[in-house]
Parts: sequence; C-alpha cells; structure tokens
Amino acid sequence: MAIEVRIPTILRSHTGGEKTVQGSGDSLSALINDLDSRHGGIKGRLIADDGALHRFVNVYVNDEDVRFTGALDTPLKDGDSVTVLPAVAGG
Amino acid sequence: MARFASLIDSLGGTPLVGLPALSPTPEVRLWAKLEDRNPTGSVKDRAAFFMIQAAEDEGRLKPGNTILEPTSGNTGISLAMIARQRGYKLICVMPENTSIERRQLLEMYGARIISSPAEGGSNEAVAVAKKLAAEHPDWEMLYQYGNPANARAHYETTGPEILADLPTITHFVGGLGTAGTLMGVGRFLREKVPGVAIVAAEPRYGELVYGLRNIDEGFIPELYDPTVLTTRFSVGPSDAIRRVRELIDHEGIFAGISTGAILHAALGVAERVLAAGRRADIALIVCDGGWKYLSTGAYGGTLDQAADALDGQLWA
Repeated sequence: MAIEVRIPTILRSHTGGEKTVQGSGDSLSALINDLDSRHGGIKGRLIADDGALHRFVNVYVNDEDVRFTGALDTPLKDGDSVTVLPAVAGG
Repeated sequence: MARFASLIDSLGGTPLVGLPALSPTPEVRLWAKLEDRNPTGSVKDRAAFFMIQAAEDEGRLKPGNTILEPTSGNTGISLAMIARQRGYKLICVMPENTSIERRQLLEMYGARIISSPAEGGSNEAVAVAKKLAAEHPDWEMLYQYGNPANARAHYETTGPEILADLPTITHFVGGLGTAGTLMGVGRFLREKVPGVAIVAAEPRYGELVYGLRNIDEGFIPELYDPTVLTTRFSVGPSDAIRRVRELIDHEGIFAGISTGAILHAALGVAERVLAAGRRADIALIVCDGGWKYLSTGAYGGTLDQAADALDGQLWA
C-alpha cells in the first residue's frame, strides 16, 4: 500500500532532506511505525512520551486533522495523502 | 436600521446571503455571512471592538495609552480605526511577509508597524510582541490569541445574528487563526442547536511560515478548545484561490483569500452531506473583501501562477 507523506522542513533531517516519502499501513500508527523503520527517529519526533501525537505536531489525512478522525487510530488506505505540519500561529 | 451615531456603532449586523449557484441542491444550501460589511471591512472589527471595550471597562486603557498587538493585518486595521476614534496610540507587530495594502492602511490610520521576520510567520510576531510587552509594562497588549473578549464578541454578536437569520442551520464553517470566531460562534450554536456541526478551515501556508527551529516553539492559541469543533481541514493556496475565483464567477462576491479556504471546506462538508442523503444549511464566514490582496497576485494568471505567487506570504 502506498501512502504519500509530506514532511515539514523541521523533520527532514530524518528523511535525508526529502519533502515527501512513501509509506504503508492501515492506520496512522502503523504508517508511523513503517516510516520509522526506514527513517530512524521520526516516530520519536511525532509521538510524545504519553503515546499520543506531540502537542505541537498536526497530522492531516486528505487535508482533515486526524485529532478529529481517531488520532493515531485513523484508518488509512492506498492513495491517501498524509501531511505533517508543526502547529504555528495563524490570524 | 441604517442610521448610526458613529462608524463604530455600525459594527456587526452583517447580511447573510445565499449562494444558490454554488449550493449543490436546494436541500443542501450554502449561506455566506458578509463580514466585509463591517466598519473597516473585516470580521476582525468585532474582536477589536470587544477587546478594547473590555480593557476600558477594566480600567486597563485610558485615552493617550498605547496598545500593542501582534497581527498579520486585519486585527491591526480594526484596532487602528478604533484607537484613532478613542485617542489611543497603536503599535502593531507584523510579519514582513504580509501584503503591502495592509501596511498602507495601518499607516493611514496612524499605527506604528514593527516588522517581525518572515520565517516563522505569526509565531515570530507573537514572540516579538510578548518580548516588547515585557519590556514596556505601560503598553497594553490586547493579545487576540488569548483574550476571552475576542471569542465573546462572536458568542454575543456573530453567533446570534447567524441563528436569527438561519434557524435551520446544520453546519457552521469558519477560519481558524486566533480561534475567536470558531470558539464564540461554535459555543453559542452548540447551546442552541442540537447536533450542529462546527467546522474549522485552517490556511496551509508555504514552508517558510512553518520554519521553526524547534518543534517546541510551536503555538496553539490559548482560546483554542478542540471540543467545540466537529472537525478541522487544512486548505492550501491552490484550493483557496480556486474557490475565491468561483465565488466571484458564480455568486459575484469578491472575497479575500482566507474566505476561499473556508468555502473549500464548506463545499467538502456539502459533498459529504449530499452523499449521506441528508439536508443541510451551511453558514460560512466571508472574512473580508479581496481588495487588500490584489498585490499578492492571487487574482490574476493561472491557478498555478497564483499559488506560486502566494508561496511564502501570509495570505490569510
């Protein structure tokens, strides 16, 4: 299963500078484990010690914030697009 | 009512207009709250007025005082107009990657602009403003990201206006910046309309804006409470520009780019409702008109050219 993941500048040290990487998994947590197997250390940047998504990390599946769709349990399927962004001020 | 004692008194009471051409069916309808019809032409007039009024009521502001605020533009313009009328000085901390029109308007209203670096966007503006506030305790920072009067403006005015005009409302879609509009309107509607959905549309900027040195420098507005929301969409510049052009083409409404992001989320919601075979009355916010963004390049050329032009700019 191929899922495209967009990586923000601040995490590209884990992807050899790549802006987008491919991953697989039937849920967001499975995808993050898959990414971590090839891009060591990325899981630790996305997930906090309490096992939840890091407070200042936002993840969107097909542009929808995963905190409203099941967080790490958000289901994924082939062709989905995942975007990771740091939480910054808008307005 | 069409006669007011002064410009500030004409705040709010904006029209809610149907979008018959963009609505998918007569059972799934979109309605636009035209916040560009406020005194300085944006939804931020409501928050600015309520924040200044609260500071006056609490004795934190007296004529001659200086107001300090981090702002990407609209809040600053609203504060500047009211500050002029009420005899305050205004200092805006503004990221340097904001449109020239916003700077010109602020200067015309007599505000002083302190620029913050483009890298990090509004995050940097907030950080610079907080540092200045600590150095100048006599300056009053209203701080739209955490000031309860910002959300209260929408709880007391925008929300009730929408419900009065659209008692059959099923969804509200607003832009997520300070979270003031969504929290205020959202809380009000949730109290009055069982099952109402509150949907956030968040602008997704170019990489420059997310250029934090460390993830722990991230920022969530103090006003933001995710339990008020049903869901939240991230909308990139291409989708926002495409929708802002559709709004002109199909409905004759000339809106700013952030409204395009909101319309994109609203149309996504409409599609889901349609697929589920339900009815819906979806209210969305038109935050401001397009005038202040003409220089960004968003309104001319192809979509790709316009999206490229917006890269690195704070377009919402």
